[in-house]
Amino acid sequence: VPVSVICSPPQNYPLYIRSVPTENELKFHYTVHTSLDVVDEKISAMGKALVDQRELYLGLLYPTEDYKVYGYVTNSKVKFVMVVDSSNTALRDNEIRSMFRKLHNSYTDIMCNPFYNPGDCIHSRAFDNMVNSMMMQVC
Amino acid sequence: ITEVCGAKRVGYFGPAQFYIALKLIAAAQSGFPVRIESIKNELPLPRFMALKNDSEVRYGTPAELHGVKFQVPHATSEKNSYKRTDEGDKQEPKSPPMSPICSPPASPSTYQRIPLSYGYGKSRSGLEQQHGAPYEVRHSTHQQDGPSSGNYGAKPAHCSILNRSLSAEREQQDSSAHYSDDPWRITEEQRDYYINQFRSLQPDLNSFISGSVAKNFFTKSKLPIPELSHIWELSDVDCDGALTLPEFCAAFHLVVARKNGYQLPETLPETLLPEYLQAASLKPMRDCALFDSYSESLPGGQQTRDFSRTEKATAEEVPDNSALLQDAKKDDKQALKVSTVLKTIPKEFQHLTVKTAAQESNALKARPRSRSYSSTSIEDAMKKGEEPPTPPPRPQKSHSRASSLDLNRVFQQNTQAVRSGWLPPPPPALPPRPPVSQTEQVSEFELHPQMNRPPSQAEENSSAKKEVVLAQPPSKPARRKLRTEAQGLETPELSPTINVTSSLPAVKPHLPVQKQSSKQKRAIQTAIRKNKEANAVLARLNSELQQQLKEVHKERIALETQLEQLRPVTVL
Repeated sequence: VPVSVICSPPQNYPLYIRSVPTENELKFHYTVHTSLDVVDEKISAMGKALVDQRELYLGLLYPTEDYKVYGYVTNSKVKFVMVVDSSNTALRDNEIRSMFRKLHNSYTDIMCNPFYNPGDCIHSRAFDNMVNSMMMQVC
Repeated sequence: ITEVCGAKRVGYFGPAQFYIALKLIAAAQSGFPVRIESIKNELPLPRFMALKNDSEVRYGTPAELHGVKFQVPHATSEKNSYKRTDEGDKQEPKSPPMSPICSPPASPSTYQRIPLSYGYGKSRSGLEQQHGAPYEVRHSTHQQDGPSSGNYGAKPAHCSILNRSLSAEREQQDSSAHYSDDPWRITEEQRDYYINQFRSLQPDLNSFISGSVAKNFFTKSKLPIPELSHIWELSDVDCDGALTLPEFCAAFHLVVARKNGYQLPETLPETLLPEYLQAASLKPMRDCALFDSYSESLPGGQQTRDFSRTEKATAEEVPDNSALLQDAKKDDKQALKVSTVLKTIPKEFQHLTVKTAAQESNALKARPRSRSYSSTSIEDAMKKGEEPPTPPPRPQKSHSRASSLDLNRVFQQNTQAVRSGWLPPPPPALPPRPPVSQTEQVSEFELHPQMNRPPSQAEENSSAKKEVVLAQPPSKPARRKLRTEAQGLETPELSPTINVTSSLPAVKPHLPVQKQSSKQKRAIQTAIRKNKEANAVLARLNSELQQQLKEVHKERIALETQLEQLRPVTVL
């Protein structure tokens, strides 16, 4: 049940959002969106170390729901948020980190494309493929 | 024959069977028995009924001969037609069937004009050959099993080069007959076309095109942005935001394919991978290598040369976009230019300089600068600065980019014709091509390019209406001062006002590398001559532009008066 969302920093609107189980998708969207606030909070809290390589948010927004939300911020304040199922205990911190790193790399590749205007929604097929494969891996 | 070649067994004529069949036909016509062994002989090409008409040949011969449905033809024809379109000729698929497939059974790898080759081409693919009648077919050494390196297009004219490269390369590469059907395989014609386009954007074939330049270029193709974005994703394999030559060829090829109706693939086809293209393009590239050969051919370690080399190295980092880079002449001179100012200026010039240096290694090779003023690059303005190689005093072919510096120089040195104001003020304080002295040596090199430049530029100027681009024959904006720095010449930092001519002599003595003075003199004289020509062209251009300006002013005045006339009425 991973859901990943990338949000552009200043405006906090999603550039890309994808969920694997398509039911209850809206709930995940909502979750991700609300978690942005937490991410912002963490960013501002981290004063000196401007952007830590990754930021882990291991908390449950809804105590009843058993899923975890992870966040990651890039140097340009682009936020990645990932929601995973808590029952998926096989997922460890390192794996989450590597997933975020892959996301970041793919995002960088998209940026290199001159036809992509920063701020546009991301429609890259390569990016989609990467995200899909990642999510399949987790499920 | 059908049985022997295996068609009967498999039930169709694939390329392999087809070739064998043709070989057998040739054998039979030569009197050999129809057996597999016969095709091992050296056989003349089979002779089919003389069919002048392509279509007849196409349809008649195969039908007569085989009466079997060809597997490949239609697909091939489509591919061929699309392949050809990139040349801009969307011609009706003409006869010459063959394009990729042609590998006539003939053993010798030579070109043959064969009317009957139509027989080989099952497809109607348009090899968009202008001439229907005999066309050259590349023969590759016949491989027994079948299509020897396919993908030979019957080339009308420039087959020789292609042939050479193709036959050598393709044969090894294509073991199966399928490549000929592959829409993702780039033919030689296409490759040449792509290479030329690449050159128009970036003269240095070993360097790359920046993202923005490429974006402007591909946007011209009028494909929707998402598709272009996808094409970029596919072709920019190393994801560095720039396109090397193979990447560019792949991207261009995809654009062409898309325009012809092919759906873009999800992943880059193998034949479009840079490594593949790189290998395949080695030969054709050689032809242009001459222009790009930098250091090696340079005459004894002139500083300029070394300098250009370093420049080149640095320049390579910078993607070149401008099509404007016409100005090859500059090369060394540019190097001389004040580096500081030039840094921003087009790296492309750097490339040019480097390139010119390379070319000139033999002394004055004409730089294959693309003359496209019409480059879409937004940096055109910047790039315009190139100018034809200026002889000792930098020829101020004021390119649009024309750095202010150049303009200054132009004013000083050349006719006092005022450059049209449209030239974007080049980076200020570009040292006048100071290193004229340095250019001395360079001038040798530059002479030729300059020579070529002015005329070409003149043409272009007149044609291209772009103001920016029109730029006078490329006056190289103060190029890299690198040279000066490297050499420690004083010129580099010279104030722009320095008259190049005057400085020339002064600088001359400083030139570290003083080749034979007589040679230099000659070079200088040639350079002077060229400069004069360039000046004349520029002056002409200037007057034309002035004229235009006047007309525009007149119009404006007329409109204003009209407005005035109307105004009182409304003010009521």
